[in-house]
Amino acid sequence: MTATTEPARPPASPPTASLERADYGDRVFKGVLTLAALSVPILLGFLVYELWDGAALAIARYGFGFVTTSTWDPVAEDFGALPLIFGTLASSLLALLIAVPLSLGVAIYLTEFAPKSLRQPVAFLIGLLAAIPSVVYGLWGIFVLVPLLRAHVFPFLRDTLGFLPFFQGPIYGPSMLAAGIILAIMVMPYIMSVGREVLLAVPNTQREAALALGATRWEAVTTAVLPYARSGIVGAVILGLGRALGETMAVTMLIGNRHEIAASLFAPGYTMAAAIANEFSEAVGDLHLSALAYVAFLLFLVTVIVNAGARLLIWRVARGSGAGSSAL
Amino acid sequence: MNRRTLRRAFSNLMVGLMIGAVVVALLPLFVILINLILKGAGSLSADFFTKMPAPAGESGGGVAHALVGTLIIVGMAGLIGLPIGIGGGIYCAEYPNSRLTWVTRFVADVMNGTPSIVVGVFAWAWIVAQQKHFSALAGSVALALLMIPMVLRTTEEMIKLVPNSLREAALALGYPRWRTSLSVVVRATLPGIMTGALLAVARIAGETAPLLFTALGSQYLSFNIDQPMAALPLTVFTYATGPYEEWHQYAWAAALVLIMLVFFLSLGARLAVRRRFTLNG
Repeated sequence: MTATTEPARPPASPPTASLERADYGDRVFKGVLTLAALSVPILLGFLVYELWDGAALAIARYGFGFVTTSTWDPVAEDFGALPLIFGTLASSLLALLIAVPLSLGVAIYLTEFAPKSLRQPVAFLIGLLAAIPSVVYGLWGIFVLVPLLRAHVFPFLRDTLGFLPFFQGPIYGPSMLAAGIILAIMVMPYIMSVGREVLLAVPNTQREAALALGATRWEAVTTAVLPYARSGIVGAVILGLGRALGETMAVTMLIGNRHEIAASLFAPGYTMAAAIANEFSEAVGDLHLSALAYVAFLLFLVTVIVNAGARLLIWRVARGSGAGSSAL
Repeated sequence: MNRRTLRRAFSNLMVGLMIGAVVVALLPLFVILINLILKGAGSLSADFFTKMPAPAGESGGGVAHALVGTLIIVGMAGLIGLPIGIGGGIYCAEYPNSRLTWVTRFVADVMNGTPSIVVGVFAWAWIVAQQKHFSALAGSVALALLMIPMVLRTTEEMIKLVPNSLREAALALGYPRWRTSLSVVVRATLPGIMTGALLAVARIAGETAPLLFTALGSQYLSFNIDQPMAALPLTVFTYATGPYEEWHQYAWAAALVLIMLVFFLSLGARLAVRRRFTLNG
């Protein structure tokens, strides 16, 4: 007691000094990290604000009617996004139609049936598909896929399924179906990898119980594994949808870029992302730019909602296992 | 008995279909890679990497300007994006109960799903529209924005893998918290964090959409980040959609170079971390 009050003792003894230094260091450390962490929400706030601000002119002019009208005339400065929204939804759904059975088939095979030595390599190879840049898909689509479709696949579809409105009309090559096929290839690795993680999170007791009751291995999958993983698989599919909706370059290069709503899948179309990519740097009128920013704003809203929904569903199955985060 | 065989047969049929799905799923990968090599490798030469593009319609020339541009744009994106991504990731891992952690993590997930073209529009509105001219810097900002959520989440996941005993040991020895974080926890996960960073760089190196109306592209070699700049993905796009046969060949060659760049970056990242982990047991 008396020692501490003794005036001879220096006020800042070495241990306290180092503690103070540590405290100072900790505060600086936390400050710098907080700045980094804080900048992420601030940037998103900026993003939303800038999109909204850029779209303000078009929003004031058209309001919600923007999404229900089909004119797109930069010369007369009249804009409606319905064909873009239709094209975005149609190409994405088409992609899912092709990609979902394939990628779930692969995911189920790799988790439930494949020999152990095959699982990692096949998953890795399909994962490589996700690493190919979008513009390379577009290039391949223009010079390999589209000529192939135009010469062989489309005529075949028209001859065999021509009674359906989807497979009628002239064949150009660049078309809704071409875009749907390239999108299917592009979203497949995402659906497969998240689907695989979800299936891996299904407890083994589910499978064992079904097999013990005499189910075949396929029956075990359909009766015990898939129902358990259902919401996660739906989540994986919706995540794929989110990818497809925002995909830009490959679609821009293959869909034909025409502001039109056609029943035929052979006809060219347009998507929201493709319209922004094509017209933004060439737009001259303020209203044209603003309309494109409005399209970007809508696309952003839709993908946020779709991705949030997907995450919620995946999280419900694979709680805490981190499924879904790695694929993004 | 008969019914049992039937059910078995159906099970086997489904397995056969799934193997078919695997084949169909792998087919595009091989076809694309083979096409790239067949159509692209022929145009690869020393000139291709060192020369400027020839005038439209003429043969010869190269894409040196785009290679330099991609290096500069992606490098700057890394300089902007990596500190924020890694710093934010460390914050989320070190202060898991803070409200900011919850918000940052959620926002990173939202941004992860944001289409790259939307981020391009943002960079345009934020930088290009204010400055009234296109610039490589705006492209880098757009790419950095795509990188941040990826890097942030992998950094956080990596740091979470560090056993708490390591942290406790450092604190018990009298290390202040910041030194514990930096020289013990972060250091132990450095290879993992670098892998995440490299993967993110590989992902954005192939991005085209965010550069379309930010970096814009150019026919000339440029080192000025305040001006439009060429980039490899933009070159592939311009040449692929252009009218000349020579351009198409160059598009294939440029695409081959681009994909080798992306694959080597991501393969290198994966191999580095694998070797590290096996070395440590």
